[in-house]
Amino acid sequence: MSEPTATQEVHVDRVLVSLRDVHRDYPLGDERVHALQGVTLDVERGDYVAIVGPSGCGKSTLLNLIGVIDQPTSGTVEIGGKRVDQMSDWEATSFRLRNIGFVFQRFYLMPILSALENVALPMAEAGFPKEEQRMRAAELLEYVGLSSRERHRPSQLSGGEQQRVAIARALANRPSLLLADEPTGELDAHTGAEIISLFQRLNRDGASIVVVTHDEELASAAQRKIHMRDGRIVDGAAHP
Amino acid sequence: MLLDMVMLATGMRESFRELLVSRGFDIRLAPKGTLPFDTDATIPSVGAVTAVLRSNPDIREISPVLGASIHIPIGPRDVSATILGIDPTVQGDYEFLSGRDVTTPDAMVANDSLIKRLHARIGDTLSVATGYDPQTRTYSGQRKLVLTGRARFIYGAAEQLAAAVQRATLEEMEGAARRDRASLFMVRVRKGADPDRVRDWIETYIPTVSAISVATAIAQVDQRLSYFRQLAIILGSVSLLVGFLLVTTLVTVSVNERAGEIAVMRAIGVSRTHVVQQIVAEGVVISIVGAVLGLGLGLVTARYLNGILSTFPGLPMAIDFFLFQPVAAWSALGLLAVSGIAAGIYPAWRAASLPISETLRREAIA
Repeated sequence: MSEPTATQEVHVDRVLVSLRDVHRDYPLGDERVHALQGVTLDVERGDYVAIVGPSGCGKSTLLNLIGVIDQPTSGTVEIGGKRVDQMSDWEATSFRLRNIGFVFQRFYLMPILSALENVALPMAEAGFPKEEQRMRAAELLEYVGLSSRERHRPSQLSGGEQQRVAIARALANRPSLLLADEPTGELDAHTGAEIISLFQRLNRDGASIVVVTHDEELASAAQRKIHMRDGRIVDGAAHP
Repeated sequence: MLLDMVMLATGMRESFRELLVSRGFDIRLAPKGTLPFDTDATIPSVGAVTAVLRSNPDIREISPVLGASIHIPIGPRDVSATILGIDPTVQGDYEFLSGRDVTTPDAMVANDSLIKRLHARIGDTLSVATGYDPQTRTYSGQRKLVLTGRARFIYGAAEQLAAAVQRATLEEMEGAARRDRASLFMVRVRKGADPDRVRDWIETYIPTVSAISVATAIAQVDQRLSYFRQLAIILGSVSLLVGFLLVTTLVTVSVNERAGEIAVMRAIGVSRTHVVQQIVAEGVVISIVGAVLGLGLGLVTARYLNGILSTFPGLPMAIDFFLFQPVAAWSALGLLAVSGIAAGIYPAWRAASLPISETLRREAIA
């Protein structure tokens, strides 16, 4: 085996997410569903990737594997050069806490906590001092344009505001990767556009983003679009 | 209910103990084989018995009591009551309330029930008899007594009509058959002396009496009340089990409703341990809130039931079936907290074991 060239080393260093021949099967009654069939994909640092495709094509399964909340049946998943496909629950939880930010279609904010407390939640889990939690949460809320809504509870916020709080929460522990599953799915067109704009701003500011969506506008805003069908990447696997 | 059952399990015993020690007498003497108290049976030779008791240096005070029935004619009616012949300087049978105690031979104190029944007032002179023949409507052992004061008879049952006079007065009214006799002796021992040793000594030297110390009396009561305790333990356990199942159900339903929320918490890096801690804490909080709300309800129920049960015939009015003690409330609270922790374990385990990706997929489809 030959030594890696300087160009190859730079490339390896730039790759944030690397999936190699990943399969994910689910049992469904007596049968097995092949949700992913030999997916190979690299996502580089600073990438803004949209994964698109029809329902049931394996987009969310792929996102779950990248987010270390699921494990592949076979193949390897590396994030930041670290194998994450065989981590124990404790290791995976700790890894997610420090390296990955999640945004979901339903915002899933804690109803009894204020916007500020919701954003501070991952920092509290990571053991940051209270004052630092408060300051960073306030900064993040300002970043997403909600500094005036710090003390409001989720029920007092609109859908778009709740999603912005969820994005701020995802950024709390300065993750290397932000994952979003249909982040505009429950929003109207205008509010959805605000969220798309926020993702673009985040990406310009250096965030690596992978988003799963049916929303054409959101997908078009990404630098790179990956098309999936029947558990396979049919277009966009290679980095442009 | 749990609080009530804890109160019931310990209440009667404690209440009885308090009743026995309330006047500071440590030993009761009754005619052999007639305990706890029989007004017809008597101990002969009060003077001789007293002399023997005084020979023991551990005995500090002796209070002989003669019990009898009295009849008081009020117009065409006859009012009958219980009367005690006592020595007012050492008596331990009643709490003097107002007026004048039985300091003279013709003085009589009575409880409010008797005073009310007689429509009498302090200072009234009453014709009191110790015997009454309903066939001939004739009275015997009759004497004029002045109602000098009000008293609360400690060992009296609810609504019992009771009075007290000097023992010599009652002996005189009862005639020769009950002269120099007592129905009961109450004995107070010297501070530091062992009442059970004194009790043994009494039974050895005065064979005509049965002596019973507070500890022995409580042991006997314990034995007789074992049915109540068993009932309390069974009902208390049932209420605890029902509470446990209720809290488990509430927390499980809550976990099922928040499955998506919990899966997202796990996805963003909240550990299983913290999820378990939070769910168990929910169970404890529900139990404690329920306990605090139930405390008031339990006390009201206990008071109501106590009111019914204390009117049982023959039971001293001062006996409480449900006695509130802080230790009972803390015990109930502690049991509920433990039950809350146990109730939270199953839903917490369910919450911590939720498969994150599958739960999120289910939630998305839903």
